[in-house]
Amino acid sequence: MTTQTVNQHDAHAHDEHEHHDAGAMKVFGFWVYLMSDLVIFGSLFATYAVLMKGTAGGPSGADIFELPLILVSTFLLLFSSFTYGMAVLAMHADRVAQVKGWLVITFLLGAGFIGLEIYEFHHLIAEGFGPDRSAFLSSFFTLVGTHGLHVTFGLIWMLVMIVQLFTKGLNDKTRPRIMCLSLFWHFLDIVWICVFTFVYLMGVL
Amino acid sequence: MFGKLSLEAIPYHEPILVVTALVMALGGLIVVGALTYFKKWKWLWTEWITSIDHKKLGIMYFLVALVMLLRGFADAIMMRTQQALAAGGAEGYLPPEHYDQIFTAHGVIMIFFVAMPMVIGLMNLVVPLQIGARDVAFPFMNNLSFWLFMAGVVLTMVSLLIGEYGKTGWLAYAPLSGIQYSPGVGVDYWIWGLQISGIGTTLTGINFFVTILKMRTKGMTLFRMPIFTWTSLCANILIIASFPILTATIALLTLDRYLGMHFFTNDMGGNMMMYVNLIWAWGHPEVYILILPAFGVFSEVIATFAKKRLFGYNTMVWATACITILSFVVWLHHFFTMGAGANVNAFFGIATMIIAIPTGVKIFNWLFTMYRGRLQFTSPVLWTLGFIITFTIGGMTGVMLAVPGANFILHNSLFVIAHFHNVIIGGVVFGMLAGLTYWFPKAFGFTLDEKWGKRSFWFWITGFYLAFMPLYILSFMGAVRRMQSYANADWQPLMIVAWVGAVCILCGIACTVIQFIVSIRDREKNADITGDPWDARTLEWSTSSPAPFYNFAHLPNVGSVDAFWEAKKEKGMAADKPTQYEDIHMPKNTAAGPIIGLISIVFGFALVWHIWWLAGVGAIGMFVAFMFRVFNDDIDYYVPAAEVERIEREHHKRLEMQA
Repeated sequence: MTTQTVNQHDAHAHDEHEHHDAGAMKVFGFWVYLMSDLVIFGSLFATYAVLMKGTAGGPSGADIFELPLILVSTFLLLFSSFTYGMAVLAMHADRVAQVKGWLVITFLLGAGFIGLEIYEFHHLIAEGFGPDRSAFLSSFFTLVGTHGLHVTFGLIWMLVMIVQLFTKGLNDKTRPRIMCLSLFWHFLDIVWICVFTFVYLMGVL
Repeated sequence: MFGKLSLEAIPYHEPILVVTALVMALGGLIVVGALTYFKKWKWLWTEWITSIDHKKLGIMYFLVALVMLLRGFADAIMMRTQQALAAGGAEGYLPPEHYDQIFTAHGVIMIFFVAMPMVIGLMNLVVPLQIGARDVAFPFMNNLSFWLFMAGVVLTMVSLLIGEYGKTGWLAYAPLSGIQYSPGVGVDYWIWGLQISGIGTTLTGINFFVTILKMRTKGMTLFRMPIFTWTSLCANILIIASFPILTATIALLTLDRYLGMHFFTNDMGGNMMMYVNLIWAWGHPEVYILILPAFGVFSEVIATFAKKRLFGYNTMVWATACITILSFVVWLHHFFTMGAGANVNAFFGIATMIIAIPTGVKIFNWLFTMYRGRLQFTSPVLWTLGFIITFTIGGMTGVMLAVPGANFILHNSLFVIAHFHNVIIGGVVFGMLAGLTYWFPKAFGFTLDEKWGKRSFWFWITGFYLAFMPLYILSFMGAVRRMQSYANADWQPLMIVAWVGAVCILCGIACTVIQFIVSIRDREKNADITGDPWDARTLEWSTSSPAPFYNFAHLPNVGSVDAFWEAKKEKGMAADKPTQYEDIHMPKNTAAGPIIGLISIVFGFALVWHIWWLAGVGAIGMFVAFMFRVFNDDIDYYVPAAEVERIEREHHKRLEMQA
């Protein structure tokens, strides 16, 4: 029993008996955060549902949505989820170079999605259909824009992780972060599917 | 350069505000002077501001809450004085635009900056100790939550001296809170103060949810958790599920005000009823976030001082869970008169009345715990008894309001004011003051003076009935809420009675202040050497008082509800003295939380006044500060076993000396 009091620098020896698994707890906590974030999206979807008829003489969804463009951006985002999945598989196999590679590809796909969204927003505003035109457009810009802000935040996070992979490599601090970002990224994909179906597809029906 | 900000924003022509400013400046100077004179700045920084110790954060939350209670109460007594004077054509001393700011600030401060930090402060202090953990799941985030909350407090207080506060009522109903009807910065202070502190609250909710689910000590299954931990768990579930709605709602109002959008405007397709729905979909769960932990406090207090196991532990848990779920399906009772239709109103009316059932179960559990117990009439018990009576009355007037037909008459009247003060003062405030007295020794190592505690209770409860029972009567005479003045002079006598009640409550608050002073003076005499001054039942009393920063030298093993009580009865306290100690893994203090909090004040202030460049600097500043944290790997350390042994030996030595 005396050995327990000697070595205070060996973290793993301690973690085995009383300390809780910090990585798993972070991932669990992040799940809980995602559920709370989902409530924000739920509130915005509900608001959109209430206000979508409030066009105030302006355009409705059917008048302004360009489905081919949205389909392209949808596939960019869906494909980026796949590439992120590859990054996580590479992480489990401890292949740092591959993780970096897949993260860079994911980043580019996500950036492409954001680029198309900026183009769409810019186009609408230039035509006079900005968010201050009607309640429908307010709720449309806010719902889609909130998702876009989340994706942008995910992109910044991804850059930080790429930097950390260069400076720190894979360790018990970076691994849970890559897992949390993975959850975040797939979560945004699911939210986007709801946006695509509920806003765009049903909007042009 | 300075957006909408100019020297005219400083209200030097308002004598009341100038005096307030002078008092605040004087108080600030005394604190700063004392810290400098006693050379305590470094101590303040390393021991408190950067601390990630949940117990210290709990103390800081409670301290801020007590200071803000003084501010919120100052608002209250000003309103009561105004209404006692402004009858039958008299104008009183507060002009309408000032009066409107006062009732808005009173509501916001009492809920967000008094009741919430009291509840969250107690949770911080107690929950990790009750579940036998050494800290919360995410200690840095816990510190950050506190400083985001403080940012909200500071922004709200700044509005007093620079600019104005909202004149909209505490929930800032649209379209009144829209840019068209509230063009000033008052609503913007409301927006950013609540948005920033609300994000801190959401983080707290996630933190404690994970802590309770993942960090319980060996053997503590869910149904062996103390009731306060259970009620905290449910309150945190409510925070996680409801505060994001507040975040979204405030964000939409912000977009309306800042970017000219049309969510809640009268024209262009906006729908103001959406605002009322959204704000109450958060607002109703919010009141249960406040009351559930108070129920937890009463359960601990009554079991401890009746020296009996809590009657109906399982039903208490299930009642709490039922209330948690039901709290999400009653929000519409706040606006029956909006015109949702008879069937919708009937649904929400019945759902509301159903909540009385699990609440009634709890009341009977407390009564049966006392039955044939050996109740000691300490001040926490007095608060509990006062609660049971007062809250039951408040609950009954709540059920009256839940009848949609009656609600059409009572809506917007003083009846509503009397009802929710009945449950919030009788429930939350009494509960938090009971909790303060009960757990104070665990935080500081000595008990509070009982004599002044009891005086405080008697003033509070007398003051409460004098202040609010007249309002029930006045409501039947036609008095509505938020009146700056009124024509009917017949109301004045009862208004004066209510004012006397407010003065009684002031005496109660003064007694609490005196109680602190007397208790600190007599701290040697009232020292809690054993760590278990009440002969209590749960794990927080098994460690010394004040609890060491690592909480437990050895994590306890739990075999039942009230395991500590059973261990005491079997072996006595002294038996539990370990011979071997181990290194303890602990998180390090961090400056990131207070720095991000400080920058968020600048950020919020810049947005209130439309100083865009400063807001940009603030946003980047917060990001950079956060990145410093993310790239810092030196965040934890081990307390050597020898150090743990030294601290524990000291405690055991004091125990032996007393024996």
